[in-house]
Amino acid sequence: MASLTLYPQEERLAGGERLTFNLYLVTGLLLFVLMMLLGVVMRMTQARWLGVPSDWFYQLLSMHGAGMVGTSVMITTATMWFFLRKYVTLHLWAFATNYVLFMLGALCIIGAIFGGGYAALWTFLYPLPMQGMGLWSPGASALFMLGYLLIGVGSLVFYMDAAAGIIKVHGNLARALGLHWLFRGVIDPDHPKAVVASTSMVIANTLGILAGAVALVMSLVSIFFPEVKLDAVMIKTLIYWFGHMYINAAIYMGVIAIYELLPRYTHRPYALSRPFLWGWAATSMLVIIVFPHHLLMDYAMPHWMLVMGQIASWGSGFPVVIVTTWGALSNLYRADFKWSLPPMLLVLALFGWVTGGFGALLDSTIRVNLTMHNTQWVPGHFHFYLLLGVVAMTLGFIYHVIGDRAPDATRSGTGHKMFALYLAGALVFLFGFLDGGRVSVPRRMAEHLDAWLFTDQVGAVGGLLVLLAMLYFAAQLTAGLLQTPRAGAARVDTANAAR
Amino acid sequence: MTNQDVILTVWLVGAALITLGFIFVIMQVGKPAGDAAARMHASHTWQARLFALMAVAFIVGTWATLRHFPIPAQGRALGAPQTVQAVGRMWSWELKPDKVNAASAVEFRVTSDDVNHGFAIYAPSGRIVTQTQAMPGYTNHLLYTFDEPGIYTVQCIEYCGVGHGPMTATFEVLAAKGQ
Repeated sequence: MASLTLYPQEERLAGGERLTFNLYLVTGLLLFVLMMLLGVVMRMTQARWLGVPSDWFYQLLSMHGAGMVGTSVMITTATMWFFLRKYVTLHLWAFATNYVLFMLGALCIIGAIFGGGYAALWTFLYPLPMQGMGLWSPGASALFMLGYLLIGVGSLVFYMDAAAGIIKVHGNLARALGLHWLFRGVIDPDHPKAVVASTSMVIANTLGILAGAVALVMSLVSIFFPEVKLDAVMIKTLIYWFGHMYINAAIYMGVIAIYELLPRYTHRPYALSRPFLWGWAATSMLVIIVFPHHLLMDYAMPHWMLVMGQIASWGSGFPVVIVTTWGALSNLYRADFKWSLPPMLLVLALFGWVTGGFGALLDSTIRVNLTMHNTQWVPGHFHFYLLLGVVAMTLGFIYHVIGDRAPDATRSGTGHKMFALYLAGALVFLFGFLDGGRVSVPRRMAEHLDAWLFTDQVGAVGGLLVLLAMLYFAAQLTAGLLQTPRAGAARVDTANAAR
Repeated sequence: MTNQDVILTVWLVGAALITLGFIFVIMQVGKPAGDAAARMHASHTWQARLFALMAVAFIVGTWATLRHFPIPAQGRALGAPQTVQAVGRMWSWELKPDKVNAASAVEFRVTSDDVNHGFAIYAPSGRIVTQTQAMPGYTNHLLYTFDEPGIYTVQCIEYCGVGHGPMTATFEVLAAKGQ
């Protein structure tokens, strides 16, 4: 069972571990701010408060999408590493290699977009990358895809190292997931939730990345040998398998912070249970097969896959609501503790995940998708569980990390005001998208009609408020991460002070 | 009330219930906790009830939304009284014919000459009434019966390059024959 000590000794970081961990988090925070800035620029353009030309707009959109997805996974990989290393042996070289390959990949993507004019979005749907119509060359698309391959290889290196460490301790991945306890047996209360969640993502995200690698290699072949024609539906299927899995991995790796940290703040054990193991067993399967909900309007897809997409999407709600959210809220109910930013942000993350997830569930219903697909309803619900879910989870985790060296940062009045600003700004920003979906505003479009300006302007104002709060969080967290941690005795003091 | 209004309303009701649940639990922080075993028992009881409620919603909802599959069988003509050939290309639509009658089913045979496009039909009110993808190498068969006459707009809603936004076309839905 996870420790109830706020800052257990086995989580201490020193030397290369601390340097690499800080590189992940500081880079991630910086990229989050920059990508949010691009997002606000796009919303202000749609609101006609800025005059960004269409070709630039779609370059910014490509950068924002690839940057946000990549950053979310990179920074939550650090979350998974931070906790998993307590239970299994993880090699620093694998963790560092992932970071280096991520940065090299990011440079390729930035070069392809701002140097080569690439604007075929983060989804690189075949055959658009090969048809830049003079705005970008096939070479720019190839560089973009090379960037993805580098990032994917980095993730695989990390996951393979994690898989090896997990198998060494637990014998195989099935036992690490606790599948042998699904129907019978006495569950080991010390079996870590972090191991269960990590194992699930090692399996599912590895498969997703391999699907993406196939799509990328086939697309690269088509770029260099244009006579090779690919099947547009098959490539799209592989891309969405990869894309859906990759961004979902950010949520499922990030949630480890909630399992590990919330009990420390509530001072209550958060025991492993059979429903928890069932929830993660179901998640491991559903998250792999759910991706056809992105292809519901591709009528050529086998219809059984579309049905599977809807049913798996609805089914995915069960573990999130019944297991994770219920378990966390039950842990919180009538607990005796003082609120500070880490638990506030972690609880907000659960709220964002469930509420945004409900919007996604509606969208995955084929009848609903007939009128909502590719409208702003989609960025409405996914920003809900990314902005108020993944980003909030990450901020809560990092606030916890810096709490042992800068405890005042987690309890300052300004911090609480910024929390309120972030939440209020996000709700305004998200309303702009969701109401945009209601009035059929297409997503991913630079030029907007007069009738759509109200929701655009609402969204732009909300985005500015979020950006302002995020600037504060990022600056404070970066400063905290760069501070030298205090000695071990102080760690105990901080734990008591949080009561 | 359009489909979109209903969907947003359903989401808002769900979001409000979730919000109330979170606020309730947050308001309980710091209150006397009572016996831990009794608290856990109550939690498990309510968890089981929530699971049962969601399971019923899952079964009923799946049956209600998939009982009549909303997408017609593909790969063959649908036998509708009216047919429109729709071809997307960077960055325009070709619709043949560009006039159809209301109250009689229309089969749109939608394809693309180059990249993926989104074939969304906007009613005169400005709301999407139905859609499919226009995909190179495939023809998607979309079946729809228009209730109201007027000028409808086809808007590309799958990003297809810099000319994506202005990629529109219009067609006219005439009053039903005999009206």
